[in-house]
Amino acid sequence: MAILTIEDLTVKIAGKKVLNGLNLEVPKGETHVLLGPNGSGKTSLIASILGFPSYHIISGKISFDGKDITNLPTDERARLGIGVAFQNPPPIRGVKLGEVFKHIAKGKVDEIELAKITNIPMEFLGRDLNQGFSGGELKRSEIFQVLAQRPKFAIFDEPDSGVDVENLDVIGRAISRFLKGRSGLLITHLGHILRYVKADVAHVMFYGMTACSGKPSKIFDLIMKRGYKWCEKCPKVKKLSRKR
Amino acid sequence: MPKSKKAKSKAIDKPAALGPDLDIGAFSREAAPWSSCPVSSLPRDIAQRALSAGLRTDEVDRAGTYFQIDHSVVFKAIQKTFEGKAEITSTREALKRYPWAKKYWWKLVSANTDKYTALADLKWDQGYFIRILEGQKIELPLQSCLFVSKENFNQNVHNLIIAEPGSEAQIITGCTVHPNVHRGLHVGISEFYVKKNAKLTFTMIHNWAQNFDVRPRTAALVDADATFVSNYVCLKPVKSLQMYPVAYCRGANSRVSFNTILHGGKNSYLDVGSKVVLQGKGSRGEVIARAIATDKAQIKARGLLVGEHEDSRAHLECRGLLLSDQASIHAIPELMGKVEGTELSHEAAVGKIAAEQIQYLMARGFSESEAEALIIRGFMDVGIFGLPDVLKDEIKHMVDTTVAGAL
Repeated sequence: MAILTIEDLTVKIAGKKVLNGLNLEVPKGETHVLLGPNGSGKTSLIASILGFPSYHIISGKISFDGKDITNLPTDERARLGIGVAFQNPPPIRGVKLGEVFKHIAKGKVDEIELAKITNIPMEFLGRDLNQGFSGGELKRSEIFQVLAQRPKFAIFDEPDSGVDVENLDVIGRAISRFLKGRSGLLITHLGHILRYVKADVAHVMFYGMTACSGKPSKIFDLIMKRGYKWCEKCPKVKKLSRKR
Repeated sequence: MPKSKKAKSKAIDKPAALGPDLDIGAFSREAAPWSSCPVSSLPRDIAQRALSAGLRTDEVDRAGTYFQIDHSVVFKAIQKTFEGKAEITSTREALKRYPWAKKYWWKLVSANTDKYTALADLKWDQGYFIRILEGQKIELPLQSCLFVSKENFNQNVHNLIIAEPGSEAQIITGCTVHPNVHRGLHVGISEFYVKKNAKLTFTMIHNWAQNFDVRPRTAALVDADATFVSNYVCLKPVKSLQMYPVAYCRGANSRVSFNTILHGGKNSYLDVGSKVVLQGKGSRGEVIARAIATDKAQIKARGLLVGEHEDSRAHLECRGLLLSDQASIHAIPELMGKVEGTELSHEAAVGKIAAEQIQYLMARGFSESEAEALIIRGFMDVGIFGLPDVLKDEIKHMVDTTVAGAL
């Protein structure tokens, strides 16, 4: 059974199509990887899975854990068990990380233990959310929050970009540990995270659609070697290019 | 007629430079006197309203209390532990007792400034005199309450606060009205003298009524190595409030910070600013303001930093959050450098809650209203202000209540 099923999803933001009849299925217990050049729609896909109001669904359906969530507000989706570690979370003045943690953990998570796993110093909990956080701090804080949410399905948007080796190690281990036996979706540019997380399937996005899917190591190696320019010559991508 | 009297009678018709002009004749000066009584025995409705402005009539955690209702001084006493360390009484009494007090009277604020200063001079109703004696540190806050109990009353107080050299104290002033009072005019003159090496933290909480007009006129003189922290909190509707307190950093290494938290609700008109004049070598100033506007409120948030010494520095930060399309916030930060070497800077931002922030928190499972409340509470975070510990929780609670009501 699938945890997430997206069927023929077309989404517009400010009148511009960002997803173009996209299909994606993540079976329960699997972790998938999302690849694709900048502007191919990866971040739009996350925003659509979360139901951000500026992303207008033109057609298609999103099902989560057997339930149609296409028209649910964001907070209900989160409560159903979707958790996202954002790439560029907004700073919020005066709102403390610890305060947000308390709300999402609902007393069911050991704060000290989780802070240790994600290498979050305790005094960090008293800081304003995302305000003046370094690149590594942002990533760790996002993962700390998502893990506190204990989602059934976790999405990590480029958890490995802009972090040093030491942080990558912390992040990689934390994500890998969390995803064991759970379901998830990883977005990565450089693939560093794949050294830690065993992914089942990789999807390559082009023009707001999934162009191909397959074994993560194989697809990733090809892309690293040849680049997305090479993908553009692929008949499948060319076909999508005509369809958009 | 002596020259000064003439000037004052002229000033009585002079509109203030800022804020809506008021017909002061429309308010009543008549109120039955209140007899003095222990502050703990005040009627419950008065005690509750006083508490809403940070004033505790049970005197717990307070070093001394001054309580004035309309023009009557009902209570003034220092707790036994602090006797001989600080004095608290009415200004009328103080001027009688101390001939030297005259040299502090109307020296920082001019009675000829406008009709309100002239009114406070010609129709003066007491006010508090607080003096912290040399070298004394008062661990608990001193408190004063200026209360209006009669509808349409015009209360004119003149306060004098002297922190003698090396002293340290916190003062809480709560200004409020009886629940049955809807309109009236409060004029408050306050002159602060923070002497060499002294530290004074002054926190004023206003809790007026929807049709009430308020015109405080405040100035502070800060001597060498002295610190003056002035916190101002106004979260409840008021018809019009206009104030622009000024602090003169006269001494070397003098420090001033003004912290302001405003909530303009209903039809409130708030014109509130803070001025810092840097005159001493190494003097520093900081002005922080947070304002939220709901309903049809109009807020003018001003700030002026004046650098008169080549080794001086000040920063002004003003943030406004608009929670209604019918409200407005006008931030007016001003910097005036008069000598080379002074460093003055400001940042001001006015806007509504960013949709991005709400979505982010909703993705964490917060409902839309929970997210908004969290963001507004964070915006009004008083943690950055130098509030006395005993007030921190109270003010936080007031802000939380305001936020809940604003949504």
